Amino acid sequence: MKRLLSLLLIAILLVNALPAAVFAAEETVTINIYNWGQYISDGTDDCIDVISEFEAAYPNIKVNYMTFDSNESMYTKLKAGGSTFDIIIPSDYMVQKLIEEDMLEQLDFSNIPNFEYIDDSFKNLAYDPENLYSVPYTWGCVGVIYNTKYVDPEDIGSWDLLWNAKYAGKILMFDNPRDAFAIAEAKLGYSINTEDSTLLTLAANELRAQKPLVQAYVMDQIFDKMERGEAWIAPYYAGDYLLMVEENPDLAFYFPEEGFNRFVDAICVPKGAEHKDAAEAFINFLLDPEICAQNLEYLGYSAPSSAAKELMDPELADNPIAYPDEETLANGSFFSALSQRGTQEMDSLWTMVKTADTATTVYLIMTIAAIALVVFLWIFFKVRKRKRKARRCAKWKTA
Amino acid sequence: MKRKWLSGPYVLWMVLFTLIPLGVVLYFALTDAATGKFTLSNLAKIADYWPIFLRSIWLSIIATLICLLIGYPVAYFIAHCKPTTQRLLQMMIMLPMCISFLLRTLAWVALLDDTGIINNFLTSIGLSPLPLIRNNGAVILGMVYNYLPYMILPLFTVLMKIDPRLIEAAEDLGCNSRQVFSRVILPLSVPGIVSGITMVFVPAVSTFYISQKLGSPGTILIGDVIESQFKAAYNPNFGAALSLVLMVLIFVCVGVMNRFTNDDEESMVTL
Amino acid sequence: MRRTNRIFTILVFIFLYIPMIVLAVASFNKGKDIAVFQGFTLNQYKELFRDDNLLRLLGNSVIIAVLSMTIATVLGTVAAVGIHSMRGKLRSAVMGLTNIPMTNPDIVTGVSLALLFAFVGVLLRINAVLGFWTLLIAHITFSLPYVILNVMPKLAQMDPNLTEAALDLGCTPVQAFFKVVLHEIMPGIVSGALMAFTMSLDDFVISYFVTGSGFVTLPVEIYSYTKKPIQPKVYAMFTLMFVAILLLMVTMNLLQARDNSRRKKLRKREAYR
Repeated sequence: MKRLLSLLLIAILLVNALPAAVFAAEETVTINIYNWGQYISDGTDDCIDVISEFEAAYPNIKVNYMTFDSNESMYTKLKAGGSTFDIIIPSDYMVQKLIEEDMLEQLDFSNIPNFEYIDDSFKNLAYDPENLYSVPYTWGCVGVIYNTKYVDPEDIGSWDLLWNAKYAGKILMFDNPRDAFAIAEAKLGYSINTEDSTLLTLAANELRAQKPLVQAYVMDQIFDKMERGEAWIAPYYAGDYLLMVEENPDLAFYFPEEGFNRFVDAICVPKGAEHKDAAEAFINFLLDPEICAQNLEYLGYSAPSSAAKELMDPELADNPIAYPDEETLANGSFFSALSQRGTQEMDSLWTMVKTADTATTVYLIMTIAAIALVVFLWIFFKVRKRKRKARRCAKWKTA
Repeated sequence: MKRKWLSGPYVLWMVLFTLIPLGVVLYFALTDAATGKFTLSNLAKIADYWPIFLRSIWLSIIATLICLLIGYPVAYFIAHCKPTTQRLLQMMIMLPMCISFLLRTLAWVALLDDTGIINNFLTSIGLSPLPLIRNNGAVILGMVYNYLPYMILPLFTVLMKIDPRLIEAAEDLGCNSRQVFSRVILPLSVPGIVSGITMVFVPAVSTFYISQKLGSPGTILIGDVIESQFKAAYNPNFGAALSLVLMVLIFVCVGVMNRFTNDDEESMVTL
Repeated sequence: MRRTNRIFTILVFIFLYIPMIVLAVASFNKGKDIAVFQGFTLNQYKELFRDDNLLRLLGNSVIIAVLSMTIATVLGTVAAVGIHSMRGKLRSAVMGLTNIPMTNPDIVTGVSLALLFAFVGVLLRINAVLGFWTLLIAHITFSLPYVILNVMPKLAQMDPNLTEAALDLGCTPVQAFFKVVLHEIMPGIVSGALMAFTMSLDDFVISYFVTGSGFVTLPVEIYSYTKKPIQPKVYAMFTLMFVAILLLMVTMNLLQARDNSRRKKLRKREAYR
């Protein structure tokens, strides 16, 4: 068995090592890309495979692709150090945070001629005011997805739908504090970037009031739950709604009138990147209208480039949900980076929201009871054992 | 005794890769996130989270006991099979664990959802759907499912090698089958039980994800809170403090449990 | 009694395998929803084999799992023998040490190990220190306690006279270990190795933090699918993986059974002579 295993191991190692050895012969560089999970067209369902297209176009650059699940876990990973990345794709507020902490390289835009295809409305945004560090990858808005089969059309239009007791147990909510608070803040008419303690507390109370109605705090599961009708109402990204509606035509989407969050995910080069030129070549490749169009058609999110939009399926490019008009967009606002204190305050309020109203005393009593039982059993067994031993000793002595 | 030096490399390894990281955790727990100065405020803040600690411990105790109750008969059965069957069953116990934990949990969600496989089946045969998901029961089910193998395998290993002559002897001396079990088999399997309980309880307390997917919004566990300190609110200092307290609690629990075994027999896991 | 026990065991096995069945069925599903079967298709498997990335990650996972299992089992077994001969405070201290990696939530272990490795990287002036080796070290570290906790009960159960008998019969201590002790504690070692293997194959949080850009394992990738739902080709991959491991196990068992019976025959023949 051991021999079999070692043979297997050698075989696997060989298979893995071979391509690397072959490549090493030519002078190639490898760039490390760090992106959201499933956030690039990878050839599924006959879509474009962006990375292999790039490797074909630039035979001396090899791509090493790695993924993260949230802006914050990417940040933790970057902070911990020990690895180098050439390209990262965080969201707007994280870009701002990284710039503030001097963790990004300035881009050399002469290497990125395709930057001209980016619409002016996506240049010099608040998170990178002089546009030195980042290039937009996608953008989108958060809105409300609902199931027309169950939701009364009278009730739609504002964030209030997520607080509507009629649909208790059928409402989903974001499972991250930033997005959840943004909704409560928008509903109450505050800025979604507020750091004011009282406002944050009021928003937390609003979320707490919503909690009994919420079925679950989820992210990726929104797809399954909405498509299947397990839940009827959920806030999520417009681009993802377009994917969901293909599976369940009963779903509909609206932009809440009180205002909503608009996001941009941007491509950056972090400090310590080893192959900045190759990274910029990759950025340039992504901005190519043809590539951008095909990539974003797969992702469902909106393109920051009109040139790419023109190459897309007109049904998507003219979709008022993917590309709402100026008037609607004016209602959306971007996240900006909160201070350390603000983030932590928000998070502890969020934890409070999620853990509020649990039957503390019941658990306390139960746990104490369990411990008491354990102690009792222990004493019981000990006493019994001692008795038995005493009996045995007595027997032995009499014998 | 020279033999104890055999564990030298292991101890060295563990000092390098668990004690030193533990020092890092301790450092984080006792420093302020913004200034990096010594502080006890992280530990003080923990008071708010007692209910979650208690719930986590309570749910894992229940899950551990259920694992023991389910695992013992199964281990007993496997231990009395033919050697070839034994080996096969032993591997079959671990096989589902090779599949990603995330996917297995998602499969459970698909089974238990209000519009999931079980409830769809129930409604199609005319029954009313059951509230299977988003309660404590579902979280315990998730824990039991996920950690049951860690209970069965050590139990099986120990039960398998109990000398059948001991049982025969007990029978010859007039024990009925219940006495044989309680006087011979059970005491002899104590090392396995202790190992199993440790291997189920300890990871179950700090688990996360299960409660997010199978529990309700209110049933988050301490593992989820710690997770969120590193991810949602970049506050590793507080996360470290929480996990430090969790570790102390677990050591106390395991210590109490071990008091059962180290009267005169060999104890397996001690503090 | 034995019959009820058999039925109970079968029920428990069904319980353990239900999610596998759900995943396997989902991998043949036309629709994307795991809970609703919309028709049979092999498309997911076709998609899977087109995705080199996933297959490469799977390969990485297997390499790490096999290596860390082997090293952790050897190191852990030797250590267990050592710990077994310890007494008192020393033993308590070492067993406490063993509990630490199990007690720490994965994310804490992951981040603290990553910080340690990064620090060492700075000391040794290695730029991207995280990678294959750090991943392997981390996996060995969290598998070790499982090996030890599986081997220790067997050692406790073993008759200490066996070793002495072997020594009296002229074995060196090393021979005694390999010929007697190892044989006695083998079931514990096998259980421990199995656990180490699966733990390593399944871990994602620790791996996420200790892995560099160059070498990633499969669960790390799957863990990052939070924004989008899991693609059904992932179900297909795990179904295939499941079948492959099952087949491997069964063949190994059959081979071993044949080996055993052949050996028995040989022994009989020798006895005749």
